Amino acid sequence: MSKPRTPGFETLSVHAGAAPDPVTGARNTPIFQTTSYVFEDVDDAASLFNLQKPGFLYSRVGNPTVAVLEERVAALENGRGATATASGHSAQILALFPLMAPGCEIVAANKLYGGSLNQMGHSYKKFGWQARFVDPGKAENFAAAVTDRTRAIFIENLANPGGVVVDLEAVAEVARDAGVPLIVDSTMATPYLNQPFEWGADLVVHSTTKFMSGNGSSIGGVVVDSGRYDWFAQREKWPSLTEPAPEYHGLRFAETFGDLAYTVYGHAVGLRDLGPCQSPFNAWITLQGLETLALRMERHCANAQAVAEFLEQHPAVAWVSYAGLESSPYHDLARKYMPKGAGSVFTFGVKGGYEAGVRIVEAVEIISHLANIGDTKSLILHPASTTHRQLTEEQLIAAGAGQDVLRLSVGIETVDDIIEDLDRALHAAASSKAAE
Amino acid sequence: MNHETYDDRYIKDVLARARTIAMVGASPNWNRPSFFVMKYLQIKGFRVVPVNPRAEGETILGETTYAGLDDVPGSVDMVDVFRSAREALEITKQAIAKGAKIVWMQIGVRNDEAARLAEDAGISVVMNRCPKIEYSRLYGELGWGGFNSGVISSKRRRA
Repeated sequence: MSKPRTPGFETLSVHAGAAPDPVTGARNTPIFQTTSYVFEDVDDAASLFNLQKPGFLYSRVGNPTVAVLEERVAALENGRGATATASGHSAQILALFPLMAPGCEIVAANKLYGGSLNQMGHSYKKFGWQARFVDPGKAENFAAAVTDRTRAIFIENLANPGGVVVDLEAVAEVARDAGVPLIVDSTMATPYLNQPFEWGADLVVHSTTKFMSGNGSSIGGVVVDSGRYDWFAQREKWPSLTEPAPEYHGLRFAETFGDLAYTVYGHAVGLRDLGPCQSPFNAWITLQGLETLALRMERHCANAQAVAEFLEQHPAVAWVSYAGLESSPYHDLARKYMPKGAGSVFTFGVKGGYEAGVRIVEAVEIISHLANIGDTKSLILHPASTTHRQLTEEQLIAAGAGQDVLRLSVGIETVDDIIEDLDRALHAAASSKAAE
Repeated sequence: MNHETYDDRYIKDVLARARTIAMVGASPNWNRPSFFVMKYLQIKGFRVVPVNPRAEGETILGETTYAGLDDVPGSVDMVDVFRSAREALEITKQAIAKGAKIVWMQIGVRNDEAARLAEDAGISVVMNRCPKIEYSRLYGELGWGGFNSGVISSKRRRA
């Protein structure tokens, strides 16, 4: 028998996880807006509660619409399984939850979304989790920070906001040597531009709020497991998965569920006890978005490249940090890890510092001044006066969010209109400065 | 045949031919993996006969447990090996003697010598897979847990 060809990315984007509804024949995935599901009988209920058969009990732990999203993202990442969450932030907590205990550490890149730096640097301490931040520019930095309490290495492959591309393969090797999983936040790249499992990552997290849903309407997140990490190789490190679970009458997740264990735990313990489930409606919106992910990412990247090239030539612009530009120190890494494009989010520096940055975000008319990325609409942000204002000056520089930095998330509008809007705003900022 | 990857059609055909399954290594302990698999296969309409010398005569999920394959009354279509790869060879020889049509070795169990022996006797072999996972994957239930089934279809499934 010949092996059937694996479907392509665009086919998976449209179809994976979904099939016509068995009862009604509805072709599009229905929104199962329900909290709970009737049992056939007491034995059926017991089988479901004991995790002995797949099925739905309560939508905090699993929902048919949300499950379609989970399978689709798992397929797009070429992973084993996925757990959808209420937000990208809860995806990060849920990803770490099976791995961590009080006293455990993660080694994380210091080039992360500002909200992640806050979550990991401050709130994790309340769980007794410690984050050690290192510059992801050199893989050795991660190796140097690993201790016997380390339980994960965490990076963004394409870091928000600075257009930084991390050498995934090298960091994956450090994680392998350290015997801990590499978790990659691939929100900015999406599986269309980069599939971290291909380069040795073990787990992937996304904020589906961004490019996956695509239209800036729905908050959501997802954790994807490659299914490749061997939890029994150093079993004492992973008691959540290898030791008997008292509430499930002593079953060991990694023994009973094999390479499904991490994702089963994510639902049966993570979502059950922490509670950040994704709503069926948000999952449905995100499914509609995923169908056009490839088309949108192509246009996002093409527009971003054109806008970056325009800004690089502009007299009011001090510098542009976009990995798609030859001037970027990350250009070679971008070509290796994301040959289809360097994403659509990047930063540039405006001459005139903080004041000029504020004037530009107030002068744009098509581009929206707000704190989000990955919308079909072009977005602009001055991190120092908004998302990153809780950080110290030192942290601002480390995060690539200094006083003169503007972050763009280039949308899929007509590119000439985006460029014209920016040009007008840059001139307005320059002339008001001249008038002072 | 190649035992690294299996075509979905091959697995479907194997599962369609297996009505009575002798599960060697079935445990009476409800939180063991074999119990989960036995229970699921029963729910899906398979008859599963437990084989386990240490539980001989005990009833597991309504079925009497036998000490060995040759003690099982009547014919069996498939032998599900819930024992180590080393033991799989002897169990496969017993499966051939019993007239089974399929030898299925669970995840983590692979014995190429046993597979050759079975295939020479005209028996279909699946190794390093779980029938519960494969059944749920191919018939639309694995995805309920958020798993990548690898199945794409525009056809309406049976309700």
